[in-house]
Amino acid sequence: MSKHLGVWAYSESSELLFELIGKGRELASKLQTQLTAIVLGHNVTEHAKELIGYGAHKVIVVDDPQLKEFHVETYLSALIPLSKQHKPELFLIGSTKRGKELAARLAARLSLGCVPDCLELEVDEQGRLLARRIVYGGNAIVTQVFRTEPQIVTVPRGKFEKPNYTEESKGEVVNITDIQIETPKTEVVEVKPVSMAETRIEEAEVVVGGGRGLEKKEDSKILEELAAILGGQVGYTRPLAEDRKWFTEWVGLSGHTIKPKLYIACGISGVIQHVAGIRDSNTIVAINKDPEAPIFEMADYIVIGDLYEIVPALSAALKKVLGVGKD
Amino acid sequence: MVRILVCVKQAIDVSQLKVDSATRRLILADAPKKISDFDKNAVEEAVHIKEKLGGEVFTVTVSPEDAKTTLREALAMGADKAYIISDPIFENSDTLATSYTLAEAVKKIGTFDIIFCGEASIDSFSAQIGPRLAERLGVPVITYARKVSLEGDAVTVERGLEDCSETVKAKMPVLITVTKEINEPRTPSYMAIMNAFKKEVVIWKAADLNITSEKVGETGSAVRVLDVLAPKVEREKIVIKGETAMEVAEKLAKALIQEGIITR
Ligand SMILES: Cc1cc2nc3c(=O)[nH]c(=O)nc-3n(C[C@H](O)[C@H](O)[C@H](O)COP(=O)(O)OP(=O)(O)OC[C@H]3O[C@@H](n4cnc5c(N)ncnc54)[C@H](O)[C@@H]3O)c2cc1C
Repeated sequence: MSKHLGVWAYSESSELLFELIGKGRELASKLQTQLTAIVLGHNVTEHAKELIGYGAHKVIVVDDPQLKEFHVETYLSALIPLSKQHKPELFLIGSTKRGKELAARLAARLSLGCVPDCLELEVDEQGRLLARRIVYGGNAIVTQVFRTEPQIVTVPRGKFEKPNYTEESKGEVVNITDIQIETPKTEVVEVKPVSMAETRIEEAEVVVGGGRGLEKKEDSKILEELAAILGGQVGYTRPLAEDRKWFTEWVGLSGHTIKPKLYIACGISGVIQHVAGIRDSNTIVAINKDPEAPIFEMADYIVIGDLYEIVPALSAALKKVLGVGKD
Repeated sequence: MVRILVCVKQAIDVSQLKVDSATRRLILADAPKKISDFDKNAVEEAVHIKEKLGGEVFTVTVSPEDAKTTLREALAMGADKAYIISDPIFENSDTLATSYTLAEAVKKIGTFDIIFCGEASIDSFSAQIGPRLAERLGVPVITYARKVSLEGDAVTVERGLEDCSETVKAKMPVLITVTKEINEPRTPSYMAIMNAFKKEVVIWKAADLNITSEKVGETGSAVRVLDVLAPKVEREKIVIKGETAMEVAEKLAKALIQEGIITR
């Protein structure tokens, strides 16, 4: 096996890519190597320069009109030759649904391992990368090591800090022009954006969570009011999205992983898959009318009671001490 | 006539998994197993298409032989035939090795118009097998399907992504991974369950697929597990009590402010 060198970072989501650059820099310095950010797209030179400001030592750009919109097949056809030619030792890919598919397919094409959804990445004293992820629906954390390079891992949003931007950072931008982009076998015929909260739930410092204890969709207003007072956001459990079709997103193992300063779980039982997404919250308050609810095992503050009484009362109490609303 | 193959995993029923709290080790030995939830959606979708357009639905799993009981459920739901690929040498395979075994099995079973997988399995949740299998078979893949429709030799799939829903078209053969939202898996009737016992379950060993140990199991895997531990839970568990909701709320607000969790 020829020598693999360097840490790479790629995500089609620029916010997530900033976070990968931050973590990638740290890992690169432990591995005594450099961090390269990968940019695929069209007219993306400005973006490439920005990544140097966030800490990339080097940016590899493939600029091609066929890469204007993300398509997993065209993007893959760029990443495969890049990885083969430049042989990084570690490749961090943003764990969006698109990114996870991309990573799995890249790994398959190159006969490599891939550890998806890493919540921790660490270099041990032997210089091995330890990749940790949640398994068994949140019951356990597995630590894995690679036997192949490039080591491919995917990293979810909000796991690692976004680095500071500095205008003075220096780095090299390399344009690769000799790559043949493949014509995809699947055709995207329609894209319907879903309305998203203005700030992503991963960034909210306070999240008020709602579960099946909510009887009607309109009742989520009382959670929204509490969230607004705390300058936070509202998130839900999967059944509210999937069974009741009230929302399109949820918090948990198969949804968003969050680590706010404060999570207030209202009418949420605390089933392991939901807990997997809130485990890293600094403080957890749980409001549930069932004294046996498993969420209480995860809570710093336990309130046994009806959310329809407690939540409005809490909003009122906070309003009184904080003044109306926080910005 | 549509020929459909559904890849199912016999997964650990994670909701019934126990942890030894002293060692933080999982008690996996006698943990109950079941068809992974999303794979049931995949079976349902396949059977639904068969009922509408006619055709055949096969299922395949790489599992210990005890998967027979689990696979009966897929047969009771309406699948026609099941394949179990089982051999001690497959133990500790990662997704690289498992997708290899599956691909070899699929090639031997035959050709299909659609291969369905779940978006991920409930126990390892890696979401890799579907895309990896498609790459190995050289067929297009559409992940996270919420709705599938067939027309002529093409499928149109609505997929749910974080920021949008995408409608994607592809010519068959195609591999599709499905989400829970796609359908409500049926509960088989008594008759269907009895019928399932008459359906054929084929069991193949590694040798039947000419698979040797260097490509599977720990030797054939690219990642190795060092450790599996239950996460530490260190929470304060302070119970806030009071006569009225208002009293409770005020105490809670005060505690959160005093501890600096909420800042003025
Ligand atoms: C593979 C897989 C992946 C999954 N991924 C996720 C995921 O990412 N995120 C997720 O959330 N779920 C996920 N789930 C679903 C998960 O298993 C649970 O079903 C779900 O989290 C339960 O949601 P819940 O707490 O809202 O509902 P329930 O479990 O029904 O709990 C409702 C709670 O509300 C309480 N309650 C009712 N009324 C009131 C009231 N008036 N006041 C106070 N309390 C009240 C009840 O006591 C109960 O504890 C997944 C499942 C599978 C199989």
